[in-house]
Amino acid sequence: MSNILAITQKELKGYFASPIAYVVIGFYALIFGFFFYSLVLYFDRQSMQMMGLGGGAPAVNINENLIRPAFLNAMVVFLFVLPMITMRTYSEEKRSGTIELLLTSPLTDFQIIVGKFLGAMALYAAMLAVTLIHIGLLFWAGRPEWIPILTTYLGLLLMGGCFIAVGLLISSLTKNQIVAVMVTFSVFLMLWVINWIASFAGPTAQQVLNYLSITDHLDDFTRGIIDTKHLVYYVSFICFGLFLTARAVDTERWKG
Amino acid sequence: MIEVQHLTKEYGPVTAVSDVSFKAEKGEILGFLGPNGAGKTTTMRILTGYMPPTDGKAIVAGYDVMEQPIEAKRRTGYLPETPPLYPDMTVRDYLTFCARIKGVPSADRKTRIATTMERTRITDVANRHCAKLSKGYRQRVGLAQALLHNPDVLILDEPTAGLDPKQIIETRNLIKGLAGDHTIVLSTHILPEVSQTCNRVVIINRGRVVAVDTPENLTSRLGGASAMYVEIDAAGTDASSVLTGVPGVTGVSISTTRGTTTGYEVASSGRDVRRELASAVVTHGWGLLELRPMRMSLEEIFLQVTTEEQAAPEAAAEAAHE
Repeated sequence: MSNILAITQKELKGYFASPIAYVVIGFYALIFGFFFYSLVLYFDRQSMQMMGLGGGAPAVNINENLIRPAFLNAMVVFLFVLPMITMRTYSEEKRSGTIELLLTSPLTDFQIIVGKFLGAMALYAAMLAVTLIHIGLLFWAGRPEWIPILTTYLGLLLMGGCFIAVGLLISSLTKNQIVAVMVTFSVFLMLWVINWIASFAGPTAQQVLNYLSITDHLDDFTRGIIDTKHLVYYVSFICFGLFLTARAVDTERWKG
Repeated sequence: MIEVQHLTKEYGPVTAVSDVSFKAEKGEILGFLGPNGAGKTTTMRILTGYMPPTDGKAIVAGYDVMEQPIEAKRRTGYLPETPPLYPDMTVRDYLTFCARIKGVPSADRKTRIATTMERTRITDVANRHCAKLSKGYRQRVGLAQALLHNPDVLILDEPTAGLDPKQIIETRNLIKGLAGDHTIVLSTHILPEVSQTCNRVVIINRGRVVAVDTPENLTSRLGGASAMYVEIDAAGTDASSVLTGVPGVTGVSISTTRGTTTGYEVASSGRDVRRELASAVVTHGWGLLELRPMRMSLEEIFLQVTTEEQAAPEAAAEAAHE
């Protein structure tokens, strides 16, 4: 455990020693802030209109009409920033030869991979933590429900975990960070849009495609529902990604 | 302490190391000598558990590197060809990280890092970023990393490469000072380094071990410190019998013949026979064209052993061609 932690801390320090952490967090804060601001304006106008209509109108919900769309809209940023988080994890170590230090230290491959995964997750969590300011403001100004907010964060963490696991795998396959970032971005995009063709597919294929879509599973989380179906999907996705990374690192060893 | 048995490593169709076996006793400095691409780094990487061998076994500090990698790695310090430094970290942070992953107990970490930095003379750059270090310092930080957990076995891949002459001497002295507590395997292509620092030498070429011995033995075995080369113009007659008759001479063989000139290799039992040889040649009325001791340096031995290997198959191929 202390070995994993040592790697995690090293990774996290590495992110903050380079501009990556600041770019990632700043970029997300900017985009989320923009969506949040525009949605607040929209929400404001909407509630005014509803009030004008009087008692019979459906109530606007701060969770449903403001927080949820803000997170879902800002999710598009993940496509760009998560590959930046994962691109260097293995590629950089392989290029600079520091992978030799890790692989000849008394560490298991599992400890190295999990350490790196947690390091990337920690940066991702720090990035999400920026939104606590906005949510805090809402709690100060109104009375949103906190349970859907918690499940949204949980869902976002799990979904990001899937992306990071894929990113780690791709990074472990190349020495070149540019290649890593491009391939990761493309794979993310595919996972993102895979269910767009679902409506044209047959009934079985439709279900499969919908199930594969990484973003689809987030929907219930943002509504305050923790469905084991989605939990299983995310957790098994992460485990499978990390397992493949372990295989890739091991294969690399044999090849030299 | 280190035992390598029939190690073979293939990268696809390329055999990098083939049936390499050697041993290193506790406290010994074993030199690993060979031209570039001979398989030195591959062998070292297998020893450190960085990569598995295709075949064979490597036992380090009593543990099989394949069967019990964690135990073996805990007792091994490794300095790769390029020191594995993280450019963003300061030297102290880097060593702290290394101490953690190498299992140095947290209570000892500070003192261990301080003494290791002292030993490798990097205390003055402790707070500098690794990216800003000169080649010499990088190498020494790499060495500090390898020493940090006080391993039984140290594996150093070209530890003096890229250093200036003063640093080379310092590093050599440091390595010599480490022997005894640690068993050291170091690879190099600088030959004097081997004769100056190592107790034993393994010469490797094209993935095969071509010689294992002490530097002194290698010099005397292959060179013969007391062999002479004599070139005589004896007008066609064979001078061998005369030369053999010179007191102290134990063997004579013809090495070159060019017209009436013949070159002889004269082995003697240790004492200097140059005077007697010269007078024997002169009294027979022959022309003494050259007389020199044939002291073979490690360079020549190295070249000889490594080219013999190459020459043999080439000669065979030529013979087949004819």
